[in-house]
Amino acid sequence: MSKPATIFIDGRKIDAFEGEKLLWVALRNGIYIPNLCAIRGKEHPSGSCRLCYVQVEGCSEPVTSCTLSVTDSLSVQTRSPQVDRLVKSAFELLLSHHRLGCRDCAKRKSCELLKIAKERGLKMKLTRLALLDQEAEVDDSAETFVFDRSRCVLCGRCVWICREVIKVGALGFSRRGIKRVVTTFQDVSLAQSGCIECGLCVEACPSGALYFKEGKKPAAAGQCSCRGG
Amino acid sequence: MNGNAAAAVRERYRKLEADAAARIKAIYNGPVIRVGTATCGIAAGALPVKEAFARVVEEKGLPAKIIDVGCMGHCYAEPLVIISKPGFPSLCYGYLDEDLAARLVDDFLINDDPCYEFALVALEPNDVFPTFSDFPRGVYEQKIVLEHCGFIDPGDIDHYIARGGYGALAAALGKAPAGVLDTVKESHLRGRGGAGFPAGLKWEAAVKAGPGEKYVICNADEGDPGAFMDRGILESCPHQVIEGMLLCAYAVGAERGYFYIRAEYPLAVERVRRALEQAREKGLLGGAILGSGFNCELEIFQGSGAFVCGEATALVRSMEGKMGIPATRPPRLAQSGYRGRPTVLNNVKTFAYVPPIFNRGVEWFKSIGTDDNPGTAVFSLVGKVAHTGLVEVPMGTTLRQLIFEVGEGPANGKAFKAAQIGGPSGGCLPEAALDIPIDFDSLQEAGAIMGSGGLVVLDEDDCMVAIARYFLEFTQQESCGKCTFCRLGTKHMLDILTRITEGCGEPGDLEILEELAEDVRDGSLCNLGATAPNPVLTTLRYFRDEYEAHIFEKRCPALMCKELIVYYIEPQKCSKLCNVCVGSCPTEAIYTRDDGLKAIDQEKCVKCDNCLKTCPPDYNAVIKLSPPGLLTEKEGKKA
Repeated sequence: MSKPATIFIDGRKIDAFEGEKLLWVALRNGIYIPNLCAIRGKEHPSGSCRLCYVQVEGCSEPVTSCTLSVTDSLSVQTRSPQVDRLVKSAFELLLSHHRLGCRDCAKRKSCELLKIAKERGLKMKLTRLALLDQEAEVDDSAETFVFDRSRCVLCGRCVWICREVIKVGALGFSRRGIKRVVTTFQDVSLAQSGCIECGLCVEACPSGALYFKEGKKPAAAGQCSCRGG
Repeated sequence: MNGNAAAAVRERYRKLEADAAARIKAIYNGPVIRVGTATCGIAAGALPVKEAFARVVEEKGLPAKIIDVGCMGHCYAEPLVIISKPGFPSLCYGYLDEDLAARLVDDFLINDDPCYEFALVALEPNDVFPTFSDFPRGVYEQKIVLEHCGFIDPGDIDHYIARGGYGALAAALGKAPAGVLDTVKESHLRGRGGAGFPAGLKWEAAVKAGPGEKYVICNADEGDPGAFMDRGILESCPHQVIEGMLLCAYAVGAERGYFYIRAEYPLAVERVRRALEQAREKGLLGGAILGSGFNCELEIFQGSGAFVCGEATALVRSMEGKMGIPATRPPRLAQSGYRGRPTVLNNVKTFAYVPPIFNRGVEWFKSIGTDDNPGTAVFSLVGKVAHTGLVEVPMGTTLRQLIFEVGEGPANGKAFKAAQIGGPSGGCLPEAALDIPIDFDSLQEAGAIMGSGGLVVLDEDDCMVAIARYFLEFTQQESCGKCTFCRLGTKHMLDILTRITEGCGEPGDLEILEELAEDVRDGSLCNLGATAPNPVLTTLRYFRDEYEAHIFEKRCPALMCKELIVYYIEPQKCSKLCNVCVGSCPTEAIYTRDDGLKAIDQEKCVKCDNCLKTCPPDYNAVIKLSPPGLLTEKEGKKA
């Protein structure tokens, strides 16, 4: 077991262990830091969503809390003008490539984009950026759920669950740059892929990209391990 | 290693060196023609020149030997050859073609007339012809990495050994690895991949990572537009890099290393492969190197050409067969790199500095350059500059000296506008910033970066908005897409820049562009994303007026952005006797007016620039106008 460490988040004294990632310590203690790509249990954080910035005392630039290892007497602020600016910018960038229209989104009650907007007082609309074109098609070939890529934020939670937890590997990242997508091998439909419809990716998805069809939510849906415990 | 074993290693090397020196001396007892056949030479036509030499030499039954050498850095004058004939200084000739090759054989090799009128420079000091040090460029240049490039046959290891090559390795094998590490640390050698991280500290971190399997990787994934230093070095003197890697492997305790070379560099791959084979044959690579207890195997890994794979973590992932995508750090590669093992990854040039540092000593190395940036800087000097090529100057040389003395300034008498330094991750510096010294820290302060060393000279005809857009388009296309800022931020920035260059810029665009650029810089996951906005940020800083002209006046000051210019034939300069432009126009937009002069039908014009290029210098009647509205004014006058 690693050594205990006392740290300060927004001035609050918190007990943690050295080497833990700050993001998880904060969330465990009820302090919210926006995040999408963070996966508990994933040894090497992806660091791709760029939302979990915090300000470390004695450090001029904000750092991502998912990669920040706790050391004793570490002191961080979850908000600062620089942090707020980066979070606001990253959030608007994600929205510029995300089909809005929350009213008819199946995930509107559990959407983490909405949660971030609420927590940080951000608008769910584009203020300075144009909406980027999306050619995404909706894959509703699976029996129990739908994959709507136009709402995917590329956090990678579904990919991790599918590959590392269920070990099916039906989903993966493909292509580069602005064309990066979550897809199946050779872009076949989910029904043609190796998907076993365990439904865990749907529960892991923070946005409306993966959602259960009406009345198809499995009764014994497991607790998604990427966010749990 | 005990004293006897060290002496045995030295003895074995001495024999290798003596044999190589004797063989090379025998070659130079007769006439030798060295043909520069690096990629730059081949592109300029070196292979037919070499064949012409071979043909004529054979026809005349001469004893001359023809040898392939790499690039000596004077790429503007390719194809280049060096002719050595006993009794004459070795002379270098540029701009060769097959006819000149035949003539040089006849006049020089047969009739003892060295044709000085075609010679560029002599290699050795002599009474008849100037040497490199007699030219302005020679005053500023100092070659460490490029010392042998262009003068030795990269395909024959004896050329390198005869010049003392692998001597540093032989000497180092007699010392403890810790001593080798100390030398590199004391030299303050900074990594030449772009960030300038001290090589010694990187190596030390790998040592401290503990015992066990370790790797050394040479990053030759050079992918910046306009940069070809690493290619030039690998094609011209691969053994110097191999020796540097072996010294590193010995210092950190690695027994395996890799050259990560992009597959688009087939000649570099071939020459490195051959060099590795020859080093193995000589006992300089593989098991028990030079009879010592040190084993090290080097291999080539060919990258598939993704720009982002030049980033260290992405490079390692791609070698492991995964997607070439950067990972968060820590851990550093020195702790957990290739296959999860401690890995030292350095640029080609960094490794190439190591053998000279051992041969000539730490003090010598530190005497070159500046205190914090010892040594030299290698640049590929390209763009609108008279003397393009590979140049090497001490750190601390100013950009002005580099561009105007070494490169002899902009070509064709045009006015200098900017130096784009450090590739798509670098920045554009204006004339006023040219007096800053070239080193890692000063360039960063000015908003550019040293990068791996591409330097593109831009002149008055280059629109800075279009240039910024060009480089951003490159990084946007090469973005791996993993992180939000780089994937989406560069896309929005590119869209805004495209609008501006097309004349659709709006007030407020610059503010958004600048904000986004700063956010991408501060928020991206890897350094490629974080440096991608540099071309935009520096052009906004130094050339904001050009952006404003595009947005508010719909005018491109450099007359480069197609949507913002029109072509116009000035009637007072045009001649009835000339029809050249009419023939050159691919869309039949140019017609002959009733008075016999030519005019352009703007509806049909596709702005291909042909008419402007073909209009004879006597008339120079075709001009570009921006904003396009000026046309009505001009045509009004005519009527």
